Amino acid sequence: MELHRQLANLRQSFFDQGYLDEQFIQLEELQDDANPNFVEEVVTLFYKDSARLIHSIDQALEKQPLDFAKLDSYMHQFKGSSSSIGAKKVNTECTQFREYCRAGNVEGCKRTFQQLKREYAVLRKKLEAYFQFARQIGPIEMASRPN
Amino acid sequence: MSVPSSTVSDQFPVGLRVLVVDDDPTCLRILEKMLRNCHYQVTKCNRAEVALSLLREKKNGFDIVISDVHMPDMDGFKLLEHIGLEMDLPVIMMSADDSKDVVMKGVTHGAYDYLIKPVRIEALKNIWQHVVRKKKHERKDNNYDQSGSVEEGDRQQKPPEDADYSSSANEGNWRNSKKRKEEEEEAEERDDTSTLKKPRVVWSVELHQQFVQAVHQLGIDKAVPKKILELMNVPGLTRENVASHLQKYRLYLRRLSGVSQHQSSLNNSFMGCPDATFGTISPLNGLDLQAIAAAGQIPAQSLATLQAAALGRSAATKSAISMPLVDQRNLFSFENSKLRFPEGQQQLNNSNKQIDLLHGIPTTMEPKQLANLHHPSQSFVGMNTQVNSMAQHNNSLLMRMSQSQPRAQMLNGANNGHQVSRLPLSMQQPLSPEGIPGTVPAQSGIVDNARGSVYNPVSQASSMVDFSLNQSKELQSYNFSLGSNNSGMSTLTNRGMLQEEMNSDIKGSRGFPSNYDMFNELHQQKSQNWGLQNVGSTFDASHHPSIQGTQGVSSQLLLQQGISSAHHSGQNRNAPIGKPMYSNADESGHVNPMGGPQLNSLGGNMLAVKAERFSDLDYHSTIYHEQLGQEDLMSAFLKQQGNVGPVETEFGFDGYTLDNLPV
Repeated sequence: MELHRQLANLRQSFFDQGYLDEQFIQLEELQDDANPNFVEEVVTLFYKDSARLIHSIDQALEKQPLDFAKLDSYMHQFKGSSSSIGAKKVNTECTQFREYCRAGNVEGCKRTFQQLKREYAVLRKKLEAYFQFARQIGPIEMASRPN
Repeated sequence: MSVPSSTVSDQFPVGLRVLVVDDDPTCLRILEKMLRNCHYQVTKCNRAEVALSLLREKKNGFDIVISDVHMPDMDGFKLLEHIGLEMDLPVIMMSADDSKDVVMKGVTHGAYDYLIKPVRIEALKNIWQHVVRKKKHERKDNNYDQSGSVEEGDRQQKPPEDADYSSSANEGNWRNSKKRKEEEEEAEERDDTSTLKKPRVVWSVELHQQFVQAVHQLGIDKAVPKKILELMNVPGLTRENVASHLQKYRLYLRRLSGVSQHQSSLNNSFMGCPDATFGTISPLNGLDLQAIAAAGQIPAQSLATLQAAALGRSAATKSAISMPLVDQRNLFSFENSKLRFPEGQQQLNNSNKQIDLLHGIPTTMEPKQLANLHHPSQSFVGMNTQVNSMAQHNNSLLMRMSQSQPRAQMLNGANNGHQVSRLPLSMQQPLSPEGIPGTVPAQSGIVDNARGSVYNPVSQASSMVDFSLNQSKELQSYNFSLGSNNSGMSTLTNRGMLQEEMNSDIKGSRGFPSNYDMFNELHQQKSQNWGLQNVGSTFDASHHPSIQGTQGVSSQLLLQQGISSAHHSGQNRNAPIGKPMYSNADESGHVNPMGGPQLNSLGGNMLAVKAERFSDLDYHSTIYHEQLGQEDLMSAFLKQQGNVGPVETEFGFDGYTLDNLPV
């Protein structure tokens, strides 16, 4: 089925391009008949909950001087969340951000956080489109291991 | 719990009752689903306080707890300690932080495992092993006279572990747990030689009230275990049970009455959670007399040395007398105890303070030696009669501690200087005036845990260990020196290690005296020793109905105060994080409604529902909407777009959008 293949390709591209990692597959494997939209549910949960953290970090980055410890703590939490859905690129930015925090690098933190927010938004759009598409073409086995 | 092997292996681990605690709703949801997929019975909550109240409400309602390390309202390690002390459940820690230090901290705090986030389902599939291991360990302590056969039977019943180990995603943890298991087996074999293993006695509130009534009736000075037992008239209760409980009670009373502030804080901690450790310690009560004898074998020389060092500090009393932890393998004979109390006593007698601090030292002193102790105050004579019974209890304690020792040693080796020597510590409490060795010391661990400096030992003797740890790190050093003299126990090595480690760990302290500094610091941090005094005072005031004896009261106090002190002591940085994140959840009436009657009446499921409800209030509504139509997903995202700001505009899509796909 052409559409399903396209959906599969779309999904595969996420892995190939490094947007998602193995953890996303763990979520897919949890999806079952009792929870047919589990992955989407969790991703939505993540975006909703992490929005608060994003906002907190944004605010904290406005302060002077920067409270690196607090920022690091926020980011630690954020990373715990983002890694749980397999948001690979976002995670990379999280790690970088934390390094800058530990180094006390104000510019580095701010720059990295902007990058993080971009990745965060991009992934959201991609996944949003993916789920929408999947819903449109009807249920079919989506959890397949990347090649 | 002796369960027929067929029953155990047929169903287990299906239905394993797991409590998962994580402040991150995404992780919590994922964990819940994973655990359900493992066919476990899952209860989730996102607050440590809620978790604790859940655990307290439903005693024996859970088999295992999984908790995140970083949580806004309470540090995960603190929760770990609480659970270990109060409920004695296996706790698995998890965190996105995989740095060696943090993992080590988990191990040293007594976590049964440490999972690195993101957690894979394979890692969760194996958690049942910790429950089995723990129960096995407990059963070992609770052994009856046929302990040997019972244990062997248990071993055969152990479910096959090999296959499951390999699938764990956390191989490091697997190795640790395997190692731990092997050590446990070794400890078990050693214990086979011991006798007098008695069934565990749980001092419930009612039982304790009966006890107190009996004691008052007889008069505190005249209350001897035998008579108390008769008055209580509780079937199945033995004189030894009463005796050990009595000694703890006396220690508690002693501490209440006119002890200096320093000591009272310490002592209160002792009594603060007397029952906290009861659960774990009581099985020890019936343990060998041998342990006591072993404890008593510390040469006077080492004792004197220790005491001299101890006496150097005004506050610390750690009388070296308590080396009970000595060689667990020794054939303990009660008569062989060679404590040279006269020498030590003279030193001890130098100040009342020291004597007071001696409370709770589980000493296995011979009656005659106890008689030699000259304590200015007290009804020491009365104590003598109890020494023997106490000795038995000490033995049990000692055995317990000795059992844990191997692990402690292991930890010591691995440790970066933290609390390693848990086991000996607990035993090495200062001699109480009455020379009663107490399981009480262990209890203080709970209180001190609040300070955040207590580490749960891996072994079951965590309660004891913590106690000692809290009291002073110096104790550690003592204990080791004591042990080294006598039995050539592992304490020997520990001692060297501990001292070094402790030195590095203790602020500005070096060597032996540094321990005392720590001790002083402990006192000085009284403001943080929340609830120590209150705990003591609550002991008489009321017995919390839902919790055994003082345990509940003190632990609750501790918890409450701990939380406030946690905020107080600078954990605030987590607090603000928690607030913004949970504003939604909090407003929707979160945690609190879940406690109390709801829990009781509805059981775990309802709790889970409610937990989910309050924490997931917002996302659930979003999810439901999604089921209705696609728009909600978009709208949810769009809302977030508003939060994110203009970021969107900077980015272009690369062709994998819906628009490009033919529908």
